[in-house]
Amino acid sequence: MAILLEVTDLHTHFSTPFGTVKAVNGITYTVNEGETVAIVGESGCGKSVGALSIMGLIADPPGKIENGHIRFMGEDLLTLTDEQLRRLRGRRLAMIFQEPMTSLNPLLTIGRQLCESLQTHLGYTRTEAVNRAAELLAMVGIADGGRRLKQYPHHLSGGMRQRIMIALALACEPKLIIADEPTTALDVTIQAQILELMKALTRRLNVALILITHNLGVVARYADRVNVMYAGKIVETGTARQVYALPSHPYTLGLMRSVPRVDQARLQRLIPIPGQPPDLTRLGRGCSYGPRCDFKTDRCDDESPSLVETAAGQCSACWNTKAVADSLGGGS
Amino acid sequence: MQLATDDASRVDSPEDVSLLRRSRWTDWWLTVMHDKKALAGLVILAVFVFMGLFAPLIAPYDPNDMEYEMLAPPSRSHLLGTDDLGRDLLSRIIHGTRISFFIGFTTVALALVSGVFLGLTAGYYGGWRDHLIMRYIDLQWAFPNFIIAVYMVAVFGTGIFNLTIAISLAYVDDFARLARGMVLTIKQEPYVMAARAMGASNTRIMGTYVLPNATAPLIVQATVSVSYAILAEAALSFLGLGVESTTPTWGLILAEGRSFISRAWWVGVFPGLAIMLTVLSINFLGDALRDFMDVRETQDLM
Repeated sequence: MAILLEVTDLHTHFSTPFGTVKAVNGITYTVNEGETVAIVGESGCGKSVGALSIMGLIADPPGKIENGHIRFMGEDLLTLTDEQLRRLRGRRLAMIFQEPMTSLNPLLTIGRQLCESLQTHLGYTRTEAVNRAAELLAMVGIADGGRRLKQYPHHLSGGMRQRIMIALALACEPKLIIADEPTTALDVTIQAQILELMKALTRRLNVALILITHNLGVVARYADRVNVMYAGKIVETGTARQVYALPSHPYTLGLMRSVPRVDQARLQRLIPIPGQPPDLTRLGRGCSYGPRCDFKTDRCDDESPSLVETAAGQCSACWNTKAVADSLGGGS
Repeated sequence: MQLATDDASRVDSPEDVSLLRRSRWTDWWLTVMHDKKALAGLVILAVFVFMGLFAPLIAPYDPNDMEYEMLAPPSRSHLLGTDDLGRDLLSRIIHGTRISFFIGFTTVALALVSGVFLGLTAGYYGGWRDHLIMRYIDLQWAFPNFIIAVYMVAVFGTGIFNLTIAISLAYVDDFARLARGMVLTIKQEPYVMAARAMGASNTRIMGTYVLPNATAPLIVQATVSVSYAILAEAALSFLGLGVESTTPTWGLILAEGRSFISRAWWVGVFPGLAIMLTVLSINFLGDALRDFMDVRETQDLM
């Protein structure tokens, strides 16, 4: 499968009065055409900033992409002019945001918002755009599209609005959609519906999806591959199956142990990860997960590990992957 | 879950397309007809505009004829009485509508357009544009509006055109500040980020996302400013910096009447009443306009 997006050694920093926040601190990953890649991590680990860097939506100042390359469809997005990048956005690259309640312009009808994008990017006439918009609504499972197009966002529920956002993202048949926690703000009952919809549509239209989430359950079910992020770095990467079956980084292991699982006894205690994520303005030499890690050795304080392959297609940034593997083998 | 394209939901006829944009004027008219206050405002303003347009035909006397009894109280022959020079007050007020309305609306329109342009640019782009524009606005903010208007007239000279420019310049800062403040808030809204992610250009974001969401307070500010502008014209004319003292304007008549308020209340009260009615009507209409602009108030079209 062809590589669609290639992020290489991306550094995105924010200058604040308290120092430089290294929100994204050297991440490298690829997304193939039509593939769903999940990016997992806790709040503030750089998931969203990484995504916004790809979209070219980092506010500068205070943010700045210090280093790295983002190759998308053979072009380095960081070398494009604002105007070139703007033409790509919405056309080839689309994004779905966390808050469907506020991601639509409250003063425009659903129809106008959908048509606007079709008319600017694809040069559709008004009638063509309206027809296509109604089609899109049907595609995202909204019945009676003709009427919905005339409604304003406040007439719709959160789930409906997220469907509209998906329709907006799909409108110009992009190659890549970045979904930044698309279900966090939704009712639990709607979450699965929305994810199923995204999965089905991206598969059908061969659109690659970067799914940013902190929900491991979501990852297990919907992603082909997983990147686990911690403190601005990718600490583990692999197929969803691999990372689930045999996590090779202590942080991934910690994440899995801290959420309830249906396949475990009900009274089994959850094990939270102790401590807090590090201050991103003051990252030391060593492994940033070190202070919270059960497997820490002296080496972890001095040298920051980089991604090393632990199995075919699975990489982990840890000095002690053996100990992690042993602990799993020992039955946890 | 339905994934197949549902043909039933297609919009088939071109007539349906136009429904995406309901006729704004029809809606606006309906809103006003349902809103008693707005209707009253519209009627009063219409009467004044009519009076202004056909002043020479309606006015019972020449507004500058000084051949009647001085400071005569309202009577059959002079419905609103006469002023200190024996001019018919009703005729003067009818003629005064022209200048007062012209100044009131033109200055606010100019100030609104230029102020919003400045505020939008400053707030949306930030950086050096923001600094440049806002430092100027701050400078202007440091002086009372009226002093600025006086200064402008002193520089440009008197006359109706210069007066209009002077008063609108004096009110630019109010609109610029308000617009900038609104823009700074709206810029943070997720839908602006979403629009950028959809590839909308800066002009489009400003025009269809930021500005429409900032209209409500701007309309309120504009309605208030109309009354201030009418009064500013009065004050400037009173100081001899406005129109010639022979030209009747509401403000001028009011200012002249001030001296005789204890002996001849009608000279001051009637032009004051006209100003008050105008301002009240504009505010009523402004409220209706604001409600109308807020689609969140609209009923579901089910």
